[in-house]
Order: sequence, then C-alpha cells, then structure tokens
Amino acid sequence: MTDTQATQTAIPSPATASDREPLLRVTGLTRHFPIRSGLLRRQTGAVRAVDGIDFTVNAGETLGVVGESGCGKSTMGRLVTRLDEPTGGTIEFEGTDITHLGVGAMRPLRRDIQMIFQDPYSSLNPRHTVGTIVGAPFRLQNAVPEGGIKKAVQELLELCGLSPEHYNRYPHEFSGGQRQRIGIARALALRPKMIVADEPVSALDVSIQAQVVNLLDDLQRELGLTYLIIAHDLSVVRHVSDRVAVMYLGKIVEIADRDSLYRSPMHPYTTALMSAVPVPDPRRRQRAGRERILLKGDVPSPINPPSGCRFRTRCWKAQEVCATQEPPLVALKTGHQVACHFPENTAGEAPVDAVA
Amino acid sequence: MTELQNTTAPAAQTPAGDPFLSVRDLRIHFDTDDGLVRSVDGVSFDLHKGRTLGIVGESGSGKSVTSLGIMGLHRSKRARISGEIRLNGEDLIAAGPDRVRQLRGREMAMIFQDPLTAMHPYYTVGQQIVEAYRVHHPDATRKQARTRAIEMLDRVGIPQPDRRVDDYPHQFSGGMRQRAMIAMALVNDPSLLIADEPTTALDVTVQAQILDLIRDLQEEFGSAVIIITHDLGVVAELADDILVMYGGKCVERGPADTLFDAPEHPYTWGLLGSMPRLDRELQDRLVPVRGTPPSLINVPSGCAFHPRCPYAQLTGGRSTTEVPVLAEAVPGHHAACHLAAAERHRIFTEEIAPRL
Repeated sequence: MTDTQATQTAIPSPATASDREPLLRVTGLTRHFPIRSGLLRRQTGAVRAVDGIDFTVNAGETLGVVGESGCGKSTMGRLVTRLDEPTGGTIEFEGTDITHLGVGAMRPLRRDIQMIFQDPYSSLNPRHTVGTIVGAPFRLQNAVPEGGIKKAVQELLELCGLSPEHYNRYPHEFSGGQRQRIGIARALALRPKMIVADEPVSALDVSIQAQVVNLLDDLQRELGLTYLIIAHDLSVVRHVSDRVAVMYLGKIVEIADRDSLYRSPMHPYTTALMSAVPVPDPRRRQRAGRERILLKGDVPSPINPPSGCRFRTRCWKAQEVCATQEPPLVALKTGHQVACHFPENTAGEAPVDAVA
Repeated sequence: MTELQNTTAPAAQTPAGDPFLSVRDLRIHFDTDDGLVRSVDGVSFDLHKGRTLGIVGESGSGKSVTSLGIMGLHRSKRARISGEIRLNGEDLIAAGPDRVRQLRGREMAMIFQDPLTAMHPYYTVGQQIVEAYRVHHPDATRKQARTRAIEMLDRVGIPQPDRRVDDYPHQFSGGMRQRAMIAMALVNDPSLLIADEPTTALDVTVQAQILDLIRDLQEEFGSAVIIITHDLGVVAELADDILVMYGGKCVERGPADTLFDAPEHPYTWGLLGSMPRLDRELQDRLVPVRGTPPSLINVPSGCAFHPRCPYAQLTGGRSTTEVPVLAEAVPGHHAACHLAAAERHRIFTEEIAPRL
C-alpha cells in the first residue's frame, strides 16, 4: 500500500487531509434493531449493533475495520452503502447527506459506492451467467458503455484476472477465488469511487487470499479507488490498510494510522486482539512468559451493553471510573484516536513492539 | 505405494517405543458419478502419546478425510479404504464396525469444526455429554454420569457448570459451545484426540483461549493430539510435528521448528509466502501461489503441485511424469519433491527466505 501513495501523488496523506473534505464522513451513526415481544409486538428492547460511531475516509485511502463477530462492523458496512437504514447519525458522501435517501434517490449514488461481499458462493446468482452478473450494473443504471455491454464486461473480467471467454459460464464452474474475482468485477463495473468490502478474502484458501489481496491492491493503484475494508483478520488488515479502526460492541475504540496502531496500540482491547493472533513461528510459544494477553469470557450482549466503557468487563485495567463514565474517542497523538481512560503506550512509556 | 518405502524409523527427537497411532499408506477413494475421487492417496505417519501432529492443507487437500478415516466414519459403500491404521497396535481398517464403535469415543475422540452443527439442538449439553459417557460406562448411574459431565464442563472452563449443564447448545456462545464439544470429546479420557479445524469458526481472542485449553488438557492427560487446520499460525502454536498435504498426498513432514525455518517443499514456501504476518516487517506485496488447488478427480500427472510450482521446469520434465517420493531431506524431515535437496536449499536461502 505504500507504493499506492507513491504513485498517486494527488492523494493527500491522511495527516494533511483534515482540511480537505473527506470522501465519506460518518457522524454519530447508530443502528438499533428493535426487539419486539408480546401479543402487540411492542418494542421491548433493542440490539445496539452500531451505537454512535464517527469516522472519515479520505479519497484514495484504505480504511480497515477490525473487530470480533458481533461488534457491528458488517452492519456498519451495510449502513454506509445504504443497504440498511440508520436509526441515527449522518452519513455524508462527497458532502451530500445520504443518511435517509430513498431507494430512488440513492440509485444515482450507487454508481459511486459499491460493495464486495464475503461469501462468493451466495453473492452470485447461480442461474445467471457471468456476463449477466457483471453486466447487471450497466442495465440497472441504464448506462450503455462505449462499444456495448459485452465488450465492457469482457474488459472487466480481464482487469480482474479472468479470461474474457468466461462470459457465458455459470458461477458453479468457478473456484472460490475466481468467484470472488467475479464479485469484484461486478463492483468495478460502474467505476465507483468507493468500494466497501466485507470480509473479501476470509472465505478463501490461504494461497488464493494473497491473489485477491494483490488484485485489490493493483486495482486501487490503477483506478484510484477508495476502500473501506471490513475484516476480522488483523494481519490481512495490516497489509491492505492505510488507517485502521478497531470496533468493539458497536463502538469504535481506536482509530489510527496503520503503523501507529500496529506499533503502539493504545486501547487495551487492541493490544489483546493483537497478542491473540497466532503467528507461524513455533519458537514463540516456547519463549518464557510470552506476552500473550488472554481475555476472559465472551463479548457481552449488545442488547444490554455494560455501562461506561464497554470493554471494562474483560479489561485488566478497569477501575471504577470505567463503569460510570464512557471514555470519549480523543486524539492522543496526531492521527491516533482512542477511547480509553487508561490508554497504553502513551507519552512517557516507551512504545513496545506490537507483537513482542 | 510410493510412501511405503519411506516409513523409516521415527526421527531422532521423537520418543522411542511403538507409536500410539501409526498410519501406513492410507488411501481413501470415493466412487462418484464424475469419477474416482482420490481424497487421500497414500499417507503415512506415526504419532506418539503426548505429542501433537499438525496436518496443514488447503480445502480439498484430504486433511479432513484422513481424520474421518482414522475415526472410522467413512464406512459407506462409496468409500474405498486401503492401507493400515494401527491404534495401539490394533488395525482399525481390518477391525469390524462394532469394534471401531467401541474404540470411538473411548480411545479416540474428535472435536469438530462447527459446534453448532455437531451438537444436537434438541438435547441439553449435559444430556449429550452424559450419553457419550454412558455408552462407554454402562454401569454408571445417571447421577454419576451427570456429576462427571459437570466436572468436565468445569474442567474446560465453563462458568457455573452445575447450572449450564442443563442449557441447550443455542444458549451457549460460540466459544463456550466449542468448550462443551471438547468436554464431550474428553469425557472418556481418550488417548487420541483429533481436532478438525477446532478454532476456525471462532474469533481470535476466543481462539487463543481454546488453543491454550487444548494444550493444557494435553499436558494433563498426556494424550496424542492431531490438529487439522489451514492456518499455519494455529499449528505453530500447538504442533510438535507437521504434515503438509496437497492433492491427497503428504508433500512434506517434519518437526515444527525446522518446517517453519527451513521448509523443503515449494508448496510450503508458497503457503508461508502468501500469508501476511504480524511478526514481520510489512511487505509491499504478498507472493501468492499461482493457479488454484487441483480437483481430486483429475489430479495432475506426476507431482500434483507441478502446474502451480515455479520451479517445475528445473526438474527436466520429471515433475509432469513421475510422482515424487516422500524422501528424507534432512534427518527427521521428509519432502516429496523432484528437486535435489542441495538445489532446494539454495533456492530457499537465496530466493524464498529473504521474502518471508
């Protein structure tokens, strides 16, 4: 990703981008799924899947979002692409408020925001040919590309590393990695500005994952795309992102430049998450007293999240203030925001290697 | 038959004495309408008590079929099994289904990937553990069995086991369900535990808990463990010895330390090169293995890896015609590759190691 920035000199680095209007600005975004019970189906509670998150994505950069299952990262992706209706907050895309646009009003914007889905087996219609699938965006938008839809589709297939002869084949004839490429070709059809990718490689084999990661990288360089990549794999996110946001129970707990986050994570949850990633080095486990932080228990229910800091029930640093006061997401150094009362690796403390 | 000649004495660092589990030239083929699927095609290995064997491979490499074969869960008319599986000296392939049923659960037990589908939704967790116990302990009373179930749930770290024993699987979280599965597998103190992708469905923080649990339990009970996974990080955490499978065959086998430091087979190099790692400096690009894993109906001639191998042309055509033999490259470390060992070591140190 470093060379992406090098080749695209027009793109401002994240630090200087603050004075420019970002491509996507999300403020106080919430999505509560109502729980209804009783005869009258009255609302008795809510799953607070996304509960007040703020972030921006600048043009040309990649924001990675990590978190465990149930932290609301996928819901966030669906809200940003407006596949779901937020219950609160605002989403601005290129300065336009798209929070509550209807289906019709949203349609022209769909050219600019596209999505890549996790499971290439269920996100492609098995009864449609590859040509129909990848050409669908043109038909839906009534956009006839120069030289016809077929030619455009074949170019897209080639761009994504598939053969143009695959035009008339059906999804079942392809392997998982190739299917994911079809999904990427479909997302690219209308030359979007931003692509939201929800776990784009987690369903693929290791050797295929690297192919798709490299493809996403090349496409960003060639087409100047902006990515919002949602994933649970911290090593993949580190590889693809310029900035990384860490989510826990519907909140962003830390958002920072990639290098800053991985070198000196400030939120205890980020530290724990990183130390839990298994590393292919058997000598690491023999090292005496290796610094693995084992979190106890499971993520609490988003129906009834803990008061104050949501991570306090599993945090080894938690004190009384954590239960009463919710820590705000504040910048502790340039480009590094964290929501914690007792952050790690702050000034005075020597930064320790993230994976030591 | 190729691997038969290579079943030499166990490596220097493995404990002396007869292995607890010994697999020789195991072949599991399935007759299907499309042709003969050679899921496992001549796999041999030994496993001693107290040791952990990691089987690594991509989807369709035959790693799960191997484990199901050991458990005797492939006795359909379609499956053709040949070779030898000796558990404590007793041949399981020649043994009748009733004898294997006696051993299954008592001498050998399995942890499945997805505990939600592996557990019965209609019975409580306790009932299922009690059933597993009473099958092999017909004299035990209900009360004794229940006490034993609670004891096991407590041992695997389920809070309030005396209450949770009456819960249904859906009332458990993913990590707790996997713990309950482990409790069920260990209720009869098996000497061989097979864990098939035990943490793939779990989040990293929970994965770390489960891996620690499996390691602790092994130390406590001294059982032999086979861990099957696609994640090289997970095997590095647990395994003493590692077996890499590709296209139904074992392509490399060796102690965990040398396998990660000095892998012998180009496929293992590819696997290591294609995964981003948190413990290394960030690479610009990943080095994927080109192409896709082979179909097991139509395994490539000669070395199954040759269409994807960047060094196939260095073997003077042997890789397309001749099946490579699993031979000892350095003491205790076997690889099935036509390249001469010296040539392989040169390529690894010059071209591969700097990229890892």
